[in-house]
Parts: sequence; structure tokens; C-alpha cells
Amino acid sequence: MISGTIGAALDASWRPVLAPAVVAITAMAVMLVGSRLGEEDSEGLGWLTFSGLALAALCAFAAVGRHAPAFAGALIVDDYTAFFYCLIAVCAAMVVLLSLDYVPALELPSTEYYALLLSATVGMMLLAAAGDLIIIFLGLETMSISVYVMAAIARRDPRSSEAGLKYFLLGAFSTGFLLYGIALLYGATGSIKLEAISRALQSSALAASPLVLLGLAMMLIGFGFKVAAVPFHAWTPDAYEGAPTPVTALMAVGVKSAAFAGFLRLLLVYLPALHAQWGGALWVLAALTMSVGNLVALAQNNVKRMLAYSAIAHAGYILVGMTAAGGAAGAAVLYYLLGYAFANLGAFAVLVAVERVEQPGTTLADLGGLAKGQPMLAAAMALFMLSLMGLPPLAGFVGKFYVFSAALQAGYVWLVVLAALNSVISTYYYARVIVAMYVNEGAERKLRARRPGLSVALAVAIAATIIIGVDPRPYVEMAAGAYASAAGIARSGVRAAFLAH
Amino acid sequence: MATWFPIAVIIGFAAFVVGAMVSANRILGPRRPSPVKGQAFECGNPPSGSAWARFSVRFYLIAILFLVFDVEVVLLYPWAVAIRRFGTVGLVDAGIFVAVLMVALIYAVRRGALDPD
Amino acid sequence: MTPVSYYLVLGAALFAIGVAGVVIRRNLIVIFMSIEVMLNAVNLTLVALGRALGSTDGQVMVFFVMTVGAAEAAVGLALILAAFRSRHTIKADELNLMRW
Repeated sequence: MISGTIGAALDASWRPVLAPAVVAITAMAVMLVGSRLGEEDSEGLGWLTFSGLALAALCAFAAVGRHAPAFAGALIVDDYTAFFYCLIAVCAAMVVLLSLDYVPALELPSTEYYALLLSATVGMMLLAAAGDLIIIFLGLETMSISVYVMAAIARRDPRSSEAGLKYFLLGAFSTGFLLYGIALLYGATGSIKLEAISRALQSSALAASPLVLLGLAMMLIGFGFKVAAVPFHAWTPDAYEGAPTPVTALMAVGVKSAAFAGFLRLLLVYLPALHAQWGGALWVLAALTMSVGNLVALAQNNVKRMLAYSAIAHAGYILVGMTAAGGAAGAAVLYYLLGYAFANLGAFAVLVAVERVEQPGTTLADLGGLAKGQPMLAAAMALFMLSLMGLPPLAGFVGKFYVFSAALQAGYVWLVVLAALNSVISTYYYARVIVAMYVNEGAERKLRARRPGLSVALAVAIAATIIIGVDPRPYVEMAAGAYASAAGIARSGVRAAFLAH
Repeated sequence: MATWFPIAVIIGFAAFVVGAMVSANRILGPRRPSPVKGQAFECGNPPSGSAWARFSVRFYLIAILFLVFDVEVVLLYPWAVAIRRFGTVGLVDAGIFVAVLMVALIYAVRRGALDPD
Repeated sequence: MTPVSYYLVLGAALFAIGVAGVVIRRNLIVIFMSIEVMLNAVNLTLVALGRALGSTDGQVMVFFVMTVGAAEAAVGLALILAAFRSRHTIKADELNLMRW
């Protein structure tokens, strides 16, 4: 009888969190196995991590096709959640592939590295599924604290510990703001459940109360830090540059997608009643983020740092979509994140491959003449740069197109003009990378032997960047379905608004 | 209000006694400072090294391990208070929680966090 | 009974002190302590609001904030320690290996 009760409880409540649970169990397995094995079998641990993440990506489908609160509304399980479960698991698995030869080469502690990678992934998944303010906070922190340590994990490199420390200090600072916002929102609406908050804010008297406005502003600051929006971006370039390259990839792709997943759900799905208030703030944030990101990126010689500013700029484009709000914009942002994730992962994979054995460097000079020595790598890098630049028919172009046209439809003409100008500026620094590889002469370099894992990651990134861009229909459908499921609106409505252009 | 009055009296009296003793010492006692008197007191021996000694990092490790169980208690306490209401499912959930922390402890022990030097 | 607004004002003041500490002070440990002050200001606010609303959610939230705060403390001190070992300083201004 007792086992029956437990079995039923497990079955009903655990299916929606199967994917994060698998990741968490894998993390514990890595800790137990790794501390038993010692450091010699770093690659074995890597494959264990990879298989856990692959399993989690499959388990994500257990959440498809439902729209139901789980754990008394703490989590929301729908296609949106499933979309991000899957995206996050795939991103993390790709990061593992980048790490397979990087971790032993830099003599990073592999048990801790993979366990932290997995716990960061759990946090990201929870953030994407969050249905109340506690889970938003817990997911964000599980993710962030793990990534702080990962950024500082190369203890012999002083830049790494500096990166981790700066990331930590500003991250913890922003957590304070986010929490204060959460507290005020809870005080004003009397609930921590997003559904109930959304319902309470339907009354215009409450929506205009100073407690709500202050809470909203604090939460915008908190999330602004996490998604690296200007002027809350000060940690980004240092953290990206100093962290080990695969960790940088995780920050640029996983952390960013998860933070936007939570941010988007919170604002677009549950706080549309306050759009009059946050729309203006996001407008300014988006404009600043795009412009500062792109302008400062022009001056960078270190490709990792350049990609950090590029990540800031892309956060700006995504904020343009969020400012517009509505079904088409929400779906466009999901699609954008998809294309952005693979192009960025690919770019970091190339950097991992190019980093030298002695004196690892990622400056433009280090990429010099790559086309002669490593034509495949150079071609791949060029492809990713073109996608980030937004050149048709790659994924980056289609994503930008959808996001900007959604904003245009919502009437944000000037913001879109600014975004288009910024895209033009950005071509310069992406093109510089291509010029360095194809035109400049390079020094003799001794590359690390490349393991098949890295090549697989590169191949996947190349294929995804091309396929998602050339034939966007199925992915658009996916994004529209995911957003519609979260917003509780008809899928056909989102799709129609989306494909109107 | 009346119930708090005796406490206020005690606090006032304590403050008066302490203040009187400290200021009497200040006013009446002779003060002739010298370098020898300014030294840290180490049982009459000349002091060796600074009093601002750094502690071994080992203490830090132990503090972190303590933190794990400290927090465990914080989260188990509410469950313990309402243990009957949650029944078997609650027991299983708490068991999972403790099991996760056990993994952390096993990891820490295997990594030698508790080994004496 | 003390009105809830007193607690909220105290919480806001503590939070402001924490923010000012982070912005003004240059010693990493002090910055870190200021962040903890911010978190505890939020805890006070949450408990006060929970009591005023008559819901336990505020208190429950505080448990999680405390837990996360403990984890942050452990990680933060470890990071400061690691940075100190490689750079022999805990001044925020001197952590300047990377610029622009």
C-alpha cells in the first residue's frame, strides 16, 4: 500500500521535472564516481556528463503537450518549458564536447568541472520552468553560483580567478536587487505564484501602486544584470575573457538563454498588465545595450572579449523583441535564441580548437592565417561570424528578421531603425575576424590534438546554423507553439501573426 | 507597560554600574604607557610575531562543511514540525533531500576535507 | 502592535546601506559583507510582509534566501581566497588584469 502511494506520487509529480532530475542525478553520480576515480579519467567523466545531458534532452519531451502547474504551481510544465529544457540540455552537452580535451589540457579539476556544469544546467532548467518567485530565485542562483565557480576554476591563471570574483560580486549584488523586487511584488500582490500575481495586477489600482512599480524596477535591474544589459553589463567582458573558453561558451549560450527564458515568461506572459511601465524601461535598455555592445566591440582585439560585447549586443536585439511584447514577438525571441545559441557555440568551439598548447591565446593575431593551416576551421568560423552578423540565409538573419518585424508591427519604428543601424556597425568587427583568418599572415602555431568530440560539436553547430536559417518553418512552428503554450493563447494566432510578414 | 518596568529598571541599573566602573577606572587610575606595556601579553615572554595571525585554510574548509549541515537543519526544521501532516510522501521527500546532502559529504570525505594533516 | 511600514522602512534603509557599501567600499570582504546586509534587509522585508499579509510564503522564502546566502558565502569566500592567493590583494581596484 505504502509503496503504491509513493509510486503514484512519484509518477504524477516527477514526470514534469524528469529532465532536471536526470541532470541532478548525473551531477551526483559524477561527484561520487569522480572522487573515487581521481583525476586520471577526465574523459570518462565527460562522457558520463554527456550521456546524462543527452538523456535529459530526451526526457524534455515528457513535458510536451501539457500545460499544467506542477508541485503546487512552483513549476509550470508546458511546451515552453520543454523547448528550453531541450535547448539548455543540448547547449550544455555541446559545452561538454568542447571541454573533453580542454579540461585535461589545462589540468582543470574534472570532477568539480563536470559536476558544476550539471548543477548549473539544473538551475537553468528550473529557471525556464519557474511558476513562482521562489523558483525563479532558486533557479537563477543554482545556475549563477555554479557558473561563478566554473569561471574561476583555472586556478593557475590569475585572470580566471579575477573573472570569477568579478562575476560573483556583481552577480550577488544583482541578486540582492532581484530579491528585493520579489519581496515587494509579493507584498503588493499577496502571492508568490506568478498566476496569482498576474490575476491580482488586472486591477489597475494595484498596477499603479508604488510598491508594484518599485518591485518591478528592482526585478528589471536584477534580470538586467543576468542577461548583461547595458548599463548592468560591467562584469560581462571580464568574466567572458578570463573564464576558460568552454565556460565562456556556457555563459554566452546557456546562462543567457535561461535568463531570457525566465525574464520573458515573467514579463510577457505574467506581467503584460504592466507593459505600460516596463515597456519604456526595456526600450531604453534595448537601445543602450545594442549601441554600447556594438560600439565597444569594434575596439576589441581579443576574440573572446569581442564575443562578450557581441553577446551584449545580441541581448539588446532580444530586448527589442521583448519591448514589443505580444505573441509574435515572444515566438520570435525563442527562435532568435535558437539561432544565436548554435552560432555562438560554434564560434567558441573554433576558439577552443585554435587555442595553443603553450600560451593559450584568443586574440585576432592568434587567428591570423588560419585559413591556410586549418581551412575547415576557418570556414566554420567565417560561417558563424556571418550568422551572428545576420547575413541571409543563415539562422542569425532569420531570427533578426522576425524579431525586428515583430517590433515594427508593434509600432516601435525608431527602435528598429536603431537596431538595423547597429547590425550594420556589427558587420565591421565580425568581418575583422574573417579578414584576420583569410588575409593576415599568421605565426607558426602548435595546436592541441583535436579529439573527435570537438569535431562533432563543430559539425552540429554548422549544420544547425545552416538548417535553422535555410528552412526556418519547422523551428518557427516550434517557437510559436512553445510561446503559445506558455501564454495560453491559440497556437494558430501566434503563427498567423508570426508568418504574416 | 507595567510588566516591562522592572526590566527597564534592571537595564538602567546595569548601564549605570558598568558606566560608573569604567569611568571610575578612567578618572582615578594612573596611566603611564610605555612600549613594553603596549606589547601583547604572552605569559610574560616577549611576544613572538603579530597578534594578527592568519588561520589555516583548513578551518575554512571545516566551516564550509559545517555550513552544509547548518542549512540542512534550517530546511528540515519546518518539515519536522509538520511531520505528521506530510506523512509518507514527506518522509520520502526529506529522505531525498538528506541523500543529496550525503552525496556532498561523501564527496568531501573522499576529497580529504576531513583528513587531519 | 508595530505597523508593518516601520519594518519596511527599516528594511529599505538596511538595503540602501548595503548598496552604498558595495558601491563605496573597496575592500572585497567589506563589499561582500554589504551584499549580505542587502540579503538580510530583504529577509526582514519578507518576514514583515508575510506577517502583514497573514501568509507563510514570506517566511518560506526566507528559508531559501538563507540557504542560498550560505552557499553564496561559501563560494564567495573561496573566490576571494583564490584571488588573494594569485594576486596578494583584496582591494577591488587592484583586480585589473583585464581592461576594456
